[in-house]
Amino acid sequence: MIEIGLGHYLTLGAVIFTIGIVGIFLNRKNIIVILMSIELILLAVNINLVSFSIYLNDLSGQVFTLFILTVAAAEAAIGLAIIVVYYRNAGTIRVEEIDNLKG
Amino acid sequence: MIAHAIFFYVFSLIAIISAIMVTVSKNTVHSVFFLILDFISISCLFIMIGAEFLGMIMLIVYVGAVAVLFLFVVMMLNVAQQKNQWLLSEASSGHIPIGLIISALIFFELIIVIGGWKYKPDLFNSDNLDISNELSNTHSLGQILYTDYIHIFQISGMILLIAMIGAIVLTFRQREGVKKQSYIKQISRERSEGVEVLDVPSNKGVKIDD
Repeated sequence: MIEIGLGHYLTLGAVIFTIGIVGIFLNRKNIIVILMSIELILLAVNINLVSFSIYLNDLSGQVFTLFILTVAAAEAAIGLAIIVVYYRNAGTIRVEEIDNLKG
Repeated sequence: MIAHAIFFYVFSLIAIISAIMVTVSKNTVHSVFFLILDFISISCLFIMIGAEFLGMIMLIVYVGAVAVLFLFVVMMLNVAQQKNQWLLSEASSGHIPIGLIISALIFFELIIVIGGWKYKPDLFNSDNLDISNELSNTHSLGQILYTDYIHIFQISGMILLIAMIGAIVLTFRQREGVKKQSYIKQISRERSEGVEVLDVPSNKGVKIDD
């Protein structure tokens, strides 16, 4: 318990990843919370990559974390833009009412 | 070592609790705030474990840019009043048990993988990527980021550019009734449509169209 190893960080990543997935599944609110859950999932992936990088003494994990940060920022910007446009057109971003595709 | 353990447990506890609060919070603005808290505690963990550059970048990019973007959109769309309706409608809450079961399965799979995880000692033989003890974290990251990964680095810059253009194009809107200066209209004015010579009879006055 006192000796913090790689497993602790991986467990933290797994817990946050699962919380993100639960947030996507159980969301009855607006889509913005789903986007935030996706950010949580990406954060968990970053935790895994950085902890592997430190404990395996290999720097490439941190490089890829940097690229994941870039892609996550781009994804958040595009997703929020799409949400703004959808709200302007449909007047709602509640998950239950977005059923145009009847999926 | 004890300090490491104490800080790890404190920061990870804050991170997990705030991640839960992101998903269950009644107000969307509170969700964004808890997301910011989550990012801050995880970046503290990164700095503690030795990845200082990534921790600082995470603070700048996520807390400084992405979370503020989320806040802007939440306030712009006026969704703060739409309170949380957990399990409100009976008809649409049928997928919740299945979602919980799938989430639990994913979690236990991850835990099983972590518990049984061993890596071969000779798995990594990339000597040029070793974390050196002489250079700082930022220095060594820069040394391989601008040499070995330069193409990926530039492609990620291109991704950011495309994201910026895409966001602008998506949200751009031509408004009706907003007066704007139009140079081509100004310089293509003719004398015939600008002024008119009227033959005014004396003592009658003149009616001007407006």
